[in-house]
Amino acid sequence: MQRSPDRRRCDSLSPARALKSGLAIAALCVIPCVSIADAIDMRPGVTELSQRIQQIHHMSFWVCVVVGIVVFGAMFYTMFAHSRSRNPEPADFSENTQIEIIWTVIPVLILVGMAIPATSALRDIENNEDSDLTIVVTGSQWKWHYRYLDAPISFYSLMATPQEQVQNLQPKGEFYLLDVDNPLVLPTNKKVRFLVTSDDVIHSWWVPDLAVKQDAIPGFINEAWARVPVTGVFRGQCAELCGLDHAYMPVVVDVRPEDEFDAWIEEQRLAAELAGEAAVAARAKTWTMDELLPIGEEVFVTHCATCHERDGEGQGAKYPALNRGVITTGPIEGHIDQVMNGKAGTEMQAWAPQLSDLEIAAVITYERNSWDNALGDIVQPLTIYEAR
Amino acid sequence: MVAHVETGHAPRNRFIAFASRWLLTTNHKEIGTLYLCLSFGLFFIAGAMAMMMRIELFEPGIQVIDPLIYNQVLTLHGLVMVFGAVMPAFVGLANWMIPLMIGAPDMALPRLNNFSFWILPFAFLILLSSLFMEGGAPNFGWTFYAPLSTTYGPPSTDFFILGVHLMGISSILGAINIIVTIVNLRAPGMTYMKMPLFVWTWFITAFLLIMVMPVLAGCVTMMLTDRHFGTSFFEAAGGGDPVMFQHIFWFFGHPEVYIMILPGFGIASQIIPTFARKKLFGYHSMVYATAAIAFLSFIVWGHHMFTTGMPLFAELFFMYATMLIAVPTGVKVFNWVATMWRGSMTFETPMLFAIGFVMMFTIGGFSGLMLALVPADVQYHDTYFVVAHFHYVLYPGAIFGTMAAVYYWLPKWCGNMYDERLGKIHFWTATFAVNLTFFPMHFTGLAGMPRRIPDYSMQFADFNMVSSVGSWLLGLTQVLFLYIVIKTVRGGEKATDEVWEGAEGLEWTVPSPAPLHTFDTPPVIGDGDHR
Repeated sequence: MQRSPDRRRCDSLSPARALKSGLAIAALCVIPCVSIADAIDMRPGVTELSQRIQQIHHMSFWVCVVVGIVVFGAMFYTMFAHSRSRNPEPADFSENTQIEIIWTVIPVLILVGMAIPATSALRDIENNEDSDLTIVVTGSQWKWHYRYLDAPISFYSLMATPQEQVQNLQPKGEFYLLDVDNPLVLPTNKKVRFLVTSDDVIHSWWVPDLAVKQDAIPGFINEAWARVPVTGVFRGQCAELCGLDHAYMPVVVDVRPEDEFDAWIEEQRLAAELAGEAAVAARAKTWTMDELLPIGEEVFVTHCATCHERDGEGQGAKYPALNRGVITTGPIEGHIDQVMNGKAGTEMQAWAPQLSDLEIAAVITYERNSWDNALGDIVQPLTIYEAR
Repeated sequence: MVAHVETGHAPRNRFIAFASRWLLTTNHKEIGTLYLCLSFGLFFIAGAMAMMMRIELFEPGIQVIDPLIYNQVLTLHGLVMVFGAVMPAFVGLANWMIPLMIGAPDMALPRLNNFSFWILPFAFLILLSSLFMEGGAPNFGWTFYAPLSTTYGPPSTDFFILGVHLMGISSILGAINIIVTIVNLRAPGMTYMKMPLFVWTWFITAFLLIMVMPVLAGCVTMMLTDRHFGTSFFEAAGGGDPVMFQHIFWFFGHPEVYIMILPGFGIASQIIPTFARKKLFGYHSMVYATAAIAFLSFIVWGHHMFTTGMPLFAELFFMYATMLIAVPTGVKVFNWVATMWRGSMTFETPMLFAIGFVMMFTIGGFSGLMLALVPADVQYHDTYFVVAHFHYVLYPGAIFGTMAAVYYWLPKWCGNMYDERLGKIHFWTATFAVNLTFFPMHFTGLAGMPRRIPDYSMQFADFNMVSSVGSWLLGLTQVLFLYIVIKTVRGGEKATDEVWEGAEGLEWTVPSPAPLHTFDTPPVIGDGDHR
């Protein structure tokens, strides 16, 4: 869908550009029609396969249109010409073997004609060999996790659209619901293989412009691939109903030139090292309540508030209230265990692999000292580190 | 009863008489009426749920119902429409019409018939009561994929499982009854190849039901043991297989799709010849095409699962098999057109609905053919394109088919003609609204809008607004339908015994309204009679 606007650059004013402007104005009259055609067509996408798929869509669409014109044309004609007022005496025929054979055989031939290009495209879609780069895509409620098998890089990707926009308290942005904190970064012109799986329920990783839609199924590793010839940002969404926030787990892929991609990999490597050092520093320090609460609130809003609600009141029995909750006001060990290891068989997931020591310590501190909860407990990152 | 009226307890006794009449009836016409009333009521409940969803989808953002409720409404809309509106409507029509059409005095197993109906209200009471339970109603879509419905399902999932079991028992018993009736109670001289097409399509549908409802029962039983008895059929962590769930579900689910359309084919095949005043074209090929569709429905279930990581060979097999369905379906459509061809047509409301059925079902068939092509399905799958597709086959297909049947046979049932002017208004507004609601969904799907979401990005806003407005209008038109039906039942111009001048068939030889007991002495069918 949205290719970044930075690809279109106009640097200087020239006669050629003036001519272009003139043409553009003339084209304005045509644009409504063109944009309507775009709005109702399958998106062509940017890969060779996505464009071939669009052609298959066009082929089958026009076959249907032609058959439709013939069949509906015949129906409208007969309704017009053979109404009782025009044709008071009905004919008396009810069998014709010859014509029945004809209208059985002709559809078979049309279908064979459609199956040939579809089969050939399908063989290419399913050819996952000779990839240059492999990425493990893992779905969980309700975020994606990406792991680069060829570099020590992995991260979660969460929707970045703020709740205020969802609740209509703020105007909605251009990429409403289609924006993430950490997009998947890919190089151009490389065959990228995706290994898709899930941690909990079935999700489906879909980027329309890359024509990749692959179900993420727990216990299975599915394969798909794409080779993107252009740079740009491409957006999609989870396509399989996966629970409460199914609408809120977008996929964003940022395709960069190869050298920029390599630089990004290097950057991520450095950032991972820095994060490791920061974690060591966080463990060494004794944090105060005032330092932890704002960090904890941010983590809570990003990760916890979708189910437990911002005011900590939860949503019925399925998403229990944290305000005056059994666990959030109970023994601290139980609270730490619940947050780090999750609760089996529910949507409460294990946060230990997803959040840093500091973040877990801060969010537990926040939960025990917010709303009506005032236990005064402070959880230190070191405690979390030792609990891992 | 007259004696009781004199004792002064009339209202209470009349109520008991009324209740026991309908609770204990074994008469096929009364049971047919019960099925149709239940289906009508559930149609409105599930329709109201659809309109709730369209209110939320009117604009991007969360306005009226939050995701928690949306998923529950979405699930119940699907389940109630499939199992509560469409299937009981067809069973009700079968109950009323099959004995009348084959010259039988009643269904072969009248007490079983009573039992299979009276299971249903309780099944839906159990299912709908889950809305008021702690943790909410089922929220995993009508396809209830594991593990969302097993490990992660709300506590009310067990009530859902019980409800589905009851519906399954009802369907299986109903199907057995229909088969036994058709095999044993045809009037002398009515050979199989003289049966009306509606009877034929139901005969085949009943076999589909007997074959797939037990599969559904097995599926939900496996869910139950996964949830409570420590098995791991669908739980990957215990060595189970979530994809196997989909194979089992769709082995039921695809024939189920044809269960919901084949009787509609039969209805169109009754109505079109009547109003074209010409015999059905290609009777034999219609029967064979129905049987072919039924057979093919068992070997195409994989086309619901093209993105689950199926091997190439399986994808090719399911693609070719699915495309093949277009051939017998095409034969049926061509035969209907050929029936109209050089006929002498009038366009009363049943005919309008039947023609609307054929045309709009064909549009749904076209998008079905497009969906069969695996490469394109990668882009269509789980988007609004699919939503548009199956609503085109179900709404102007199954539901318009049922409405055509109601307009066609209602004068026979209650002895009064419906209001033709209102019927035509109903048809044209419903047709306009159906297309306004579902046609734009093709476009939102192609643009990339996933299905089953309460909130969407800005690019899909315009078409969603159109769909929402269309759906509310569509809901209103069905209120008009309810009014027309009630008005007709209460009074109106008396219908003749034949009702329609071009109608052929045994059901038109009995008086209008059809007395409670018909064909006590079987009619005799000569060589050249009826079909």
